[in-house]
Amino acid sequence: MNILEIRGVSKSYGRVHALRNVDLTVRRGEMLSIVGPSGSGKSTLLQIAGTLDRPTSGTVRVAGHDVSRLSDSQLSALRARYIGFVFQQFHLSPGLTALDNVADGLLYSGLSKRQRRERAAAALDLVGLSHRLGHRPYQLSGGQMQRVAVARAVAGRPPLLLADEPTGNLDSEAGAEVLSLFRTLNARGISIAIITHDSEVAVACPRRVRVRDGLVRSEVS
Amino acid sequence: MTALRPARLRPTDLARIGTAGLRARPARAILAALGIAIGIATMVTVVGISASSQEKLLRQLDELGTNLLRVSPGDSLFGTSVKLPENAAAMVKRLDGVTNAGQTADTGTTVRRNDLIPTGISLGITVQAADLNLLATIDGRVRQGTWLNAATERQPVVVLGSVAAERLGLVIPDGQVWINNRWFTVIGVLDKMPLAEEIERSALMGFPAAEKYLSHDGHPTTVYERSTDEAVEGVRAMLARTVMPESPNEAKVSRPSDALKAKAAAAGAFTGLMLGLGAVALLVGGVGVANTMVVAVLERRREIGLRRSFGATRGQIRDQFLVEALLLSLFGGGAGVLLGSLATFGYAQFNSLPTVVPMWAFGGGLGMTVVIGALAGIYPALRAARVPPTVALTAQ
Repeated sequence: MNILEIRGVSKSYGRVHALRNVDLTVRRGEMLSIVGPSGSGKSTLLQIAGTLDRPTSGTVRVAGHDVSRLSDSQLSALRARYIGFVFQQFHLSPGLTALDNVADGLLYSGLSKRQRRERAAAALDLVGLSHRLGHRPYQLSGGQMQRVAVARAVAGRPPLLLADEPTGNLDSEAGAEVLSLFRTLNARGISIAIITHDSEVAVACPRRVRVRDGLVRSEVS
Repeated sequence: MTALRPARLRPTDLARIGTAGLRARPARAILAALGIAIGIATMVTVVGISASSQEKLLRQLDELGTNLLRVSPGDSLFGTSVKLPENAAAMVKRLDGVTNAGQTADTGTTVRRNDLIPTGISLGITVQAADLNLLATIDGRVRQGTWLNAATERQPVVVLGSVAAERLGLVIPDGQVWINNRWFTVIGVLDKMPLAEEIERSALMGFPAAEKYLSHDGHPTTVYERSTDEAVEGVRAMLARTVMPESPNEAKVSRPSDALKAKAAAAGAFTGLMLGLGAVALLVGGVGVANTMVVAVLERRREIGLRRSFGATRGQIRDQFLVEALLLSLFGGGAGVLLGSLATFGYAQFNSLPTVVPMWAFGGGLGMTVVIGALAGIYPALRAARVPPTVALTAQ
């Protein structure tokens, strides 16, 4: 079964066509990279895949749900249940500990505070940071911060993880750490789509999608 | 495939994320709440001070009792002056329920410090004849010296009311005053008497002395009567007929405590102007909160986008900022109530009043801040709810 299905999707901002008639399917358990130069439309593709935005035309299905049939609050529920996001700038709250940062990612899941903290601790254990639960972001290295952010994205056990330049702010060593973490998560059954400029990351993915001028140009398997 | 329904945000979580912004920028929160605090403090103080003044008068009233009645001559049908009978107090005293009765008579003369002071200067002091029962009836106390007795009521001596003594510069009963071209010795000074302020402004001598030295005819101009509390209404109905059996309509009966009651009511009516000033401060405070919240929403677009990516609905984002505005406002309101109560306490201490801040002032103050907070928060909260989720990926 496909976790993500994009069929004939176009996205226009006025006269600018960011995506033109794009098809993209992600099967459960797949790991792929989306590469392309700046302005190629890959960020728009990620926004639409992550249901943060709606396409101008075409259909998007996440875990079988047709996005165009969902209300804004149903979309929110869909994101809470099915999709985890990892951002280039980590987006961690500076005042909170690693554990609370991860637990806050579950605020809108309906779990009790205790359950959230238990899941957060488990997720931090999964990314190898069980010894850093009480640390605040400024006490962590860049690689550790991104691992906290990954823990936050997967704490709710979503089937799909979307990452936007996850190694863009990291040195190569920390980048490699995060990449191997993605592989571990993928091995546990999470589907992962990574937007990246980093050729090492791109090469490491079993499937690569190249985007250029709003079109999916080629798929390298 | 299951139906998608966003989970509800628990109230405790909503409260926690609602305070996150305030905790992140405490100085800004305090300054934003200050306007509301000042407004509420002003209003609570205004209400508190008037309530405290009123409480003092009411306690005084309780202490003095409401069972004192006063009879004075009214107007006859033909406009001629009415005279009460010489033995009016004695007649009143025979009524059922009456515990004591006394009388005074205005002699119409003036009292002066000495014979060199022009006659026109009365200092607002009346020279009155008083019977021996008067002091007990009005529950008066002698501050210094003595009250009249069977011997001194025939002598050229006076007892001064507290105000009269002050105006004559005779705070201690020592020396003499000049009445009707002769010296009278001051033998006593009375305490304050809130229920009989006219006695405070009098120089009192005995009826026999007034007859002898001032040629007074002995007719009283005021009869004071005290009864048991239960008998007050019954006695009141009988008084005029008792004093003036032939023309009861010519006697005027009044209750001195009613004047004090009216004074208490007036003290409880706080000044609208001060309250209005507080309301203006509160309004400005509300604008301050709204402004702070608008800025906060602009600054926190990325946080909003991030929360949307976690699965927050528009409604949940709106509620978060609404709660933040409410808490900010409530924080100011709480501080204002506290400050206002402290100011009331300080004022009351300084003026030796009992401190009273009515519960409705507390509740009203906090209620008003909730309304202000909601009004101030609604626009920023709606703006926050409209922030698109895509800013999570694009905003730097």
